[in-house]
Amino acid sequence: MPMEKITFANQLLQYLITGLTVGSTYAMVAIGFNIIYNVTEIINLAQGEFVMLGGLVMVFLHVAAGLPIVLAFPLTVIIVTLVGMLLDRLAIRPIRQPSVLTLIIATIAASIIIKGIAMFIWGKDPFDLPAFSGRHPIHFLGAVIQPQYFWIIGFLIVIVIFLTLFFEKTIIGKAMSACADNPGAASLVGINVKRMILLSFALSAAIGAVAGITITPISLMEYDRGAMLAIKGFGAVVLGGLGSFPGAILGGLILGTIESFGAGLIHSGYKDAFALIVLLGALFLRPSGLLGSIEVSKFKRF
Amino acid sequence: MLRIRKLPIIIFALFIIVFPLVSRLIPAIQNYPDLMIFAGIYSLITIGLSLLMGYAGQISLGQAAFYGIGAYVSAILTATYGLNPWFCMVIGMIVAAIVAVLVGVPSLKLKGHYLAMATLAFGIIVFIIFNEEVEWTGGPDGMSGIPGLSLFGFAFDSVEKYYYLVWFFVFSVFVFTINVIQSRTGRALRAIHSSEAASSAMGINVSRFKVVVFVYSAILASLAGSLYAYYLNFINPSTFDLFFSIKLLIMIALGGMHDIWGAIIGAFLITFLSFEWLHFFEEFEVIVYGVILLLVIIFLPQGMVGIPKILKGLFNKKVSNG
Repeated sequence: MPMEKITFANQLLQYLITGLTVGSTYAMVAIGFNIIYNVTEIINLAQGEFVMLGGLVMVFLHVAAGLPIVLAFPLTVIIVTLVGMLLDRLAIRPIRQPSVLTLIIATIAASIIIKGIAMFIWGKDPFDLPAFSGRHPIHFLGAVIQPQYFWIIGFLIVIVIFLTLFFEKTIIGKAMSACADNPGAASLVGINVKRMILLSFALSAAIGAVAGITITPISLMEYDRGAMLAIKGFGAVVLGGLGSFPGAILGGLILGTIESFGAGLIHSGYKDAFALIVLLGALFLRPSGLLGSIEVSKFKRF
Repeated sequence: MLRIRKLPIIIFALFIIVFPLVSRLIPAIQNYPDLMIFAGIYSLITIGLSLLMGYAGQISLGQAAFYGIGAYVSAILTATYGLNPWFCMVIGMIVAAIVAVLVGVPSLKLKGHYLAMATLAFGIIVFIIFNEEVEWTGGPDGMSGIPGLSLFGFAFDSVEKYYYLVWFFVFSVFVFTINVIQSRTGRALRAIHSSEAASSAMGINVSRFKVVVFVYSAILASLAGSLYAYYLNFINPSTFDLFFSIKLLIMIALGGMHDIWGAIIGAFLITFLSFEWLHFFEEFEVIVYGVILLLVIIFLPQGMVGIPKILKGLFNKKVSNG
């Protein structure tokens, strides 16, 4: 219905829906940050590269190689998960004197290596991926909703349920939580801390891959998107409180919404700046985040 | 590194003075003075960053922003408003210092990765401003028509003249910084790096020192940015992007972040790598940079300046074994 008059209220609703969708992707990146942070206290700046790889590997398997989605999707997640495990084995574990400085530098190094290799494989052009269930938009109160939006939000919900069950019901999940609380004590009771760190990188790469696969049909994907996704995901982490999973989701959704309203109402050229200004504001005013606690942060090594 | 010996500085200064005269005679390295202007400009930034990271232990991933502020303030005030370039250079440093205080005071209270991310976000915001404020900065196309530098009628209008000008600045800053390192301030900085709690118990005003060093590093980056703008007479935002901040980090890590010589060695190596030796890789040089950075962090945490120490260690081991 192209002739229908679009009111200001319709427009606001549109920004909100778009913001929540993009925010769901930021939330997934933020969850990935938190999984690794909770086990290792490392901020993995290569987190955004997992998202980029997820999108581009999926494009390769589904569009170029012609595999059906049901096959290409899990295969992509497995490939990116392996990259995440390699990251731990090749960049993080070999460091002999870990400190905030060296670990951050190592993840930056890894992220530019991954980015460079992606540029080598896929070139500089952005790639499109067909939407999972077509591109016939649904009209709702004057706003346009792409069917893909439901897939993104749906996968966020699936990830949350999966992680909740994993950390609360399984032995491995509980072991990982133990490493987060006290790695020394965890290894005393027989938990293989190194394996848990590897697992945290694998898990967080897998979630990054899902974020990349689901967002690509909406925003396309190219080799150099990782850094911005990582820093916005980190913005969501800080907004919600470092280490807190509900905080990551809340932070991601708020950040996506602010960005969408800012770009729509104020200045679209500053789209990326809004999220960063929120990040700075959150850091300066309330570094423990909305749902984080200052008491907990005092027990952290870094 | 408490004592910094004078002899290497004098030898290095002689090398810098003689180099253009020698390079003129050897065709293969005739363009090296031009590269060494960039090495000098980068050295100005890395000296400040080395003080901040190696001595005060704070990470900045937004140093390109101060470099850009120096370049853009100089470019806008000279090209658009016709002010004196030297005066604009000073204004650039003042602007960078004010911005550094505004960003530094709240960020430096944070520790570890928070500071890294705050400066990272700050750097990207400034980069977006350079791109978006087209009326002021010319947007992604950049600005041209920036005048060169001259003093009392003497124009620094050739590569060689500009080379000596840049390296005059580098040596002044280098010597000043070394004096700072060997003073009370330098000892305070090293104390902060070892333990913030202990140094504040000793009566060191930890957050003030950190802010002062951050501001100093911003002023040096701004000075470097002005020198860059007056040398090329043209600037655009891509020079001041996130990757440049990362490149600065690579310079510091490669040269060695706990020694001020590392700042200069790193700036030299990365300048020559990116302008001369990595041409073969074209834009895939980022992979090489990533690999270099990773290898240095894993196998050479002290950077290039740590190599003599490692060799000495190996030698001593051999002697004692034999």
